Amino acid sequence: MGNGKRLARVDREHCVACGCCVKVCPKGAIGVVRGVFARVEEALCVGCGKCAKACPASVIEVEVAKQ
Amino acid sequence: MKKRWYDYLWIASALYLILGFFNILFAWLGLLCFFLPLIISITTGSKAYCNRYCGRGQLFALLGGRFGLSRQHDIPRWMKSKWFRCGFLLFFLVMFGQMLVNTALVFSGARDLGQAVTLLWTFKLPWHWAYHGGVSPWIAQFAFGFYSVMLTSTVLGLVTMALFKPRSWCVYCPMGTMTQLICRAEYRPERKKTAC
Ligand code: SF4
Ligand code: SF4
Ligand code: SF4
Repeated sequence: MGNGKRLARVDREHCVACGCCVKVCPKGAIGVVRGVFARVEEALCVGCGKCAKACPASVIEVEVAKQ
Repeated sequence: MKKRWYDYLWIASALYLILGFFNILFAWLGLLCFFLPLIISITTGSKAYCNRYCGRGQLFALLGGRFGLSRQHDIPRWMKSKWFRCGFLLFFLVMFGQMLVNTALVFSGARDLGQAVTLLWTFKLPWHWAYHGGVSPWIAQFAFGFYSVMLTSTVLGLVTMALFKPRSWCVYCPMGTMTQLICRAEYRPERKKTAC
């Protein structure tokens, strides 16, 4: 069992910057940068996956962070 | 997460569609949903309209989420491709232009007022009960045309809401694409705060 931290990762290329993820994140860990793409604040993200579930473009994956 | 006043703007979006059923002239209010996102993105370089204020997105989130009217499936890849999103935006703009031309023709008297709402750019729905006269025909024509645009996009949004995620309309929404393009054009990757 890996005990790496789980983190949300956004495919910026296909993010539509709608902000659905921002609305559901319980930690305020994700934000839309200048209306272009969403960015995860890794220190705050707890990998709950709520953003990934809400994302209408399905461009968020929750992954075990490397290292 | 605390609710803010703008989290209730879905009520305005729902009300808009309802009011247009009784009096088509309310359709003019829809111009707000057209100009506000553009003005916000041009002046602030953000999609604050989509991210906060858009009542239509909230309405889909509510119906597809809380009311469970969505299958919650992933949207097909092609629907989030640049080609499809920009293509749909272009198609939308051409249709919008055609609506303006139609309004101009009625204004000039070359065409009579058509008291119908056109769904999906094809089906003419009778809607004459919502017009009570009292304004120049072109004003009513624009209202019918604009309401057609709003109703069509709502229907498309409801269909993709049911098939995919609640707010899948936001993936190909012309206003969403347009404001993102504006933001992208204004975007500077490194935070070099040069005085401007
Ligand atoms: S919900 Fe998805 S598409 Fe929308 S801003 Fe967040 S990551 Fe991007
Ligand atoms: S995984 Fe959870 S904590 Fe991390 S950004 Fe998504 S919603 Fe927020
Ligand atoms: S993409 Fe369209 S429907 Fe979605 S929040 Fe933005 S303006 Fe509203």
